[in-house]
Amino acid sequence: MGKVKRSPWLLHYDASSCNGCDIEVLACMTPVYDVERFGVVNTADPMQADILLVTGGVNSQSAEVVKQLYDQMARPKVVVAVGICACTGGVFKDCYNINGGVDTVIPVDVYVPGCAARPESIIDGVVKAVQIFQERSDAHDKYVKEHGESERDLSDPDAAAREGNPADFFDAITKTSEGSRDKEAEKK
Amino acid sequence: MSAKFTPKETIRVIEKDGLLREVMAMKSRGMRLSQACASYKDGKYELSYSFSDDKTLDYETLRVVCDLADRIPSIHDFYSCASFYENEMRELFGVKIELIEPDYHNKLYRIKAETPFLPEDAKAEQKKQEQEISLSGADSDLDLAQAAADEKLASGKKEEK
Amino acid sequence: MEEREKKRSVVPFGPQHPVLPEPIHLDLVLEDEKVVDVIPSIGFIHRGLEDLVKKRDFNEYVYVAERTCGICSFGHGLGYVEAVEKCMNVEVPIRAKYLRTIWSEMARIHSHLLWAGLMADAFGFENLFYQCWRLREKNLDLVEMTTGGRLIYSVNKVGGVLKDITPDMQKVILNNLSELEAELRDVYKTFMTDYSVQERTRGVGVLTKEQVHDLGCCGPYARASGVARDIRQLGYEAYGELDFEPVVSNDGDNYARCDVRLREVFQSIDLIRQAIAKIPNGELSVPVKGNPDGEAFIRIEQPRGEAIYYVEGNGTKFLNRFRLRTPTFANIPGMCETMKGCSYADIPLLVVTIDPCISCTER
Repeated sequence: MGKVKRSPWLLHYDASSCNGCDIEVLACMTPVYDVERFGVVNTADPMQADILLVTGGVNSQSAEVVKQLYDQMARPKVVVAVGICACTGGVFKDCYNINGGVDTVIPVDVYVPGCAARPESIIDGVVKAVQIFQERSDAHDKYVKEHGESERDLSDPDAAAREGNPADFFDAITKTSEGSRDKEAEKK
Repeated sequence: MSAKFTPKETIRVIEKDGLLREVMAMKSRGMRLSQACASYKDGKYELSYSFSDDKTLDYETLRVVCDLADRIPSIHDFYSCASFYENEMRELFGVKIELIEPDYHNKLYRIKAETPFLPEDAKAEQKKQEQEISLSGADSDLDLAQAAADEKLASGKKEEK
Repeated sequence: MEEREKKRSVVPFGPQHPVLPEPIHLDLVLEDEKVVDVIPSIGFIHRGLEDLVKKRDFNEYVYVAERTCGICSFGHGLGYVEAVEKCMNVEVPIRAKYLRTIWSEMARIHSHLLWAGLMADAFGFENLFYQCWRLREKNLDLVEMTTGGRLIYSVNKVGGVLKDITPDMQKVILNNLSELEAELRDVYKTFMTDYSVQERTRGVGVLTKEQVHDLGCCGPYARASGVARDIRQLGYEAYGELDFEPVVSNDGDNYARCDVRLREVFQSIDLIRQAIAKIPNGELSVPVKGNPDGEAFIRIEQPRGEAIYYVEGNGTKFLNRFRLRTPTFANIPGMCETMKGCSYADIPLLVVTIDPCISCTER
């Protein structure tokens, strides 16, 4: 591991994992394994996060959430898929509601195998991600120096259009909650 | 030695028309709804409602065997926690459960596949049976009640506005 | 002063939220700061595991059942194999029964300490959170020594268990558990007597005994409201030969739930000691012939409460139906009930207090 100049912040989201990997990710933060010694801090705010840890395969509902979290993160960003389900779908691959690994929705940089992924391998993955993040932020800095502005992401032109209202995704009981939302909108 | 139980575990098959009466009897005996689930076997639904006695840990299961297009009343009037189970049965198996409260309108799990637990041939059979029923006009009472409930919800929404 | 009109607003909570390790979404209807209604919506982790019995044969499915949830993984494996064994009339060797009991109590210690940590995190007591998780690692070391895994044990099979706990290991277990117990007393004292903890837990989210019964709640959540119901008293596996009483508290608030769960950890340590003292020598498993036919309901006390397994076989190696009713599924109506009338700031705590395990709830 080379010299790390920045302290990347880490966001964790459970796409459709069995909890095993989530708990191990959390265990990595606690004193026994302690990834914080690499300058990584766990955050819950996608806007401030640099590394996205996703556990579990993606299903029809969590795909939207993962996409949204990824879009909300500021560039440069790194994605780590933790556990075999996040890599390929794993034991749940044949389930009717699993679309496959996280890379079916967003680009993934580091794949961490294991079921459940052991804390040691998660730490390895995070260290790799920290290195990638360092390279990317160096490249980003260079670009800003040369062009005077940050690079536009042209690979995904729909990103802006997707930044929708969360209410569109999470209308549990469509009629009632929508009703109260409509009411709020009208009062304004 | 701690107090040990030797509970009775029974499964009783009942008619679908008698479901509400039996559930009411369970409620009055102070039983707790411990689970409800559906299963598909040989072209019929098997609905199991399990009740548990907290004092003796007895476990009684009411089993309703019904056709694919049969309408089943919701038991949420007696057990308000039944709504989750009933929404689940309807979404995963397509059991026609009427008047659930709160009604998630097949959006409890919000899965893409429609009634994934039902085999393909059973889905076709279900559609066929439904058409027969709608032609014969049976179960119109429940249809009316559901329509009235929907209308009430819609008018309530208007009033709020 | 002019009286303000009370406005209602809907605040979405989750699926991604600082206190939630797992996604659940709640639509909170607020009147000023007060919650008046809660509409839960789930399904972010729904995979369709129950349907997988049609693609995996009943022996393979043990490993899928264990991956229903990474926290109560052993319990799910145990419930599934017990249900299949009941279907097939298989009698498991006594040593295997004792081993299963020891492992399920280890799973309980791990799960409750994990919950205690998350609870401490939810009310912002970072130090306590780290202490709980440090103690949990001691228990996980024992699990790793005996099974080879940390979270997914993979020691169950239809007809018995795959691994043994040797006398050497038993010594280490007893030794480490004594250390854990001594340190846990300090953590327990902090939870019970610390001023700042009590501020957040005393009298918050009260659930009465009657509500518990009507809403069908179970497990430590129900026992904290004075319902002395512990499915382990059915005497499945080796529990019939061990001495224990359900841990009960009567207040029904967050404080009582902390109390019940932490006392259950001490109870589990005691149960493991009893089981190790009584464990007989013998076979680990019996051979199983044929395919499951018929149906069986099995109830098991998971760390989170009563879990129900239903297996329906059809004489082939693929089961017709596997049904799993998890404790969190039964506790969600209770959780929504406690939230009504609470202030918005208490919502994260009330979500954590049922010990939510969303991935087994949605399967």
